[in-house]
Amino acid sequence: MTSDHAADIDRTVRVYITVFVALMALTIITVAISRVHLPVPIAVTVALAVALIKGSLVACYFMHLISEKKVIYGVLALTVAFFIALLALPVLTVHDGYWIHEPPGEVHSAPATSPHQ
Amino acid sequence: MDIPYTVEVRRDTGLTNGKIGIWLFLASEVMLFGALFASYILIRTGAPNWPRGDTILNVPLATFNTIVLISSSVTMVMAWASLMRRRFGTFRLYMGATILLGFVFLLVKYFEYSAKFEHHLYPSTNNFLAIYFTLTGLHMLHVAGGMAVNAYFWGPGAKQWKTNPEWFTNRVEHSGLFWHFVDLVWIFLFPTLYLL
Repeated sequence: MTSDHAADIDRTVRVYITVFVALMALTIITVAISRVHLPVPIAVTVALAVALIKGSLVACYFMHLISEKKVIYGVLALTVAFFIALLALPVLTVHDGYWIHEPPGEVHSAPATSPHQ
Repeated sequence: MDIPYTVEVRRDTGLTNGKIGIWLFLASEVMLFGALFASYILIRTGAPNWPRGDTILNVPLATFNTIVLISSSVTMVMAWASLMRRRFGTFRLYMGATILLGFVFLLVKYFEYSAKFEHHLYPSTNNFLAIYFTLTGLHMLHVAGGMAVNAYFWGPGAKQWKTNPEWFTNRVEHSGLFWHFVDLVWIFLFPTLYLL
């Protein structure tokens, strides 16, 4: 092992420790924010935003995604696309069910056949 | 016949076969947990009312478990860094700590589950508990699986360090990628189930 290689690893280890401290701080922030009892949409947005930052730190530094090969980025880009499509499915379903709760007289542009029949 | 591309990288991908293999596996895992998260969103948005997680679940225990799992991710990556530095003894210490922290995580979950069952709260009680037990149960299985692989590399699998240290280092890195993924999933499960 060359001294340059050893110095590189020492630098990487220092990054791991910094990320660890950041993850701990963000965990405390997540719990603290939940105690404020914000309205649900804001609470969800804030909690998921903090979780996204934490997840990115783990993926980028512990999983070394910050310096990975293009093939891995390609695999992950495809995964993210399918993952978003998967999460969008319930949203589309909720929109689909919108017509159920409308009074019959107000449903002007509803589909001729209810999808729930 | 030797297994190809365990240490040397392929020209077409620039990676070892193990590395691309574990990332493809993790991609499939994203879809597995993604399907369950999508189910959670569907059930929650369709419910007339939904309980806040902290009114049913034990937030201090889950916060403790979050700290345990994040710490285990650090010890895991330090175990790999120890191998890169050619310090096998330090690797054993960090890998042992990772396994121990995984055990602590499962132990805490055991107490959490026991408390729920004592209060007659089961997956069949309501939708919230059904999704809680499904997601955390599947996650616990992943923790147990990761611990089994890590224990193998800490114990009998460590013999490979003497015969092929580069391959062994790569295998520990791949095992670490899975372990960090398990940590990553928990990072999203914790606020979703316990705090919202």
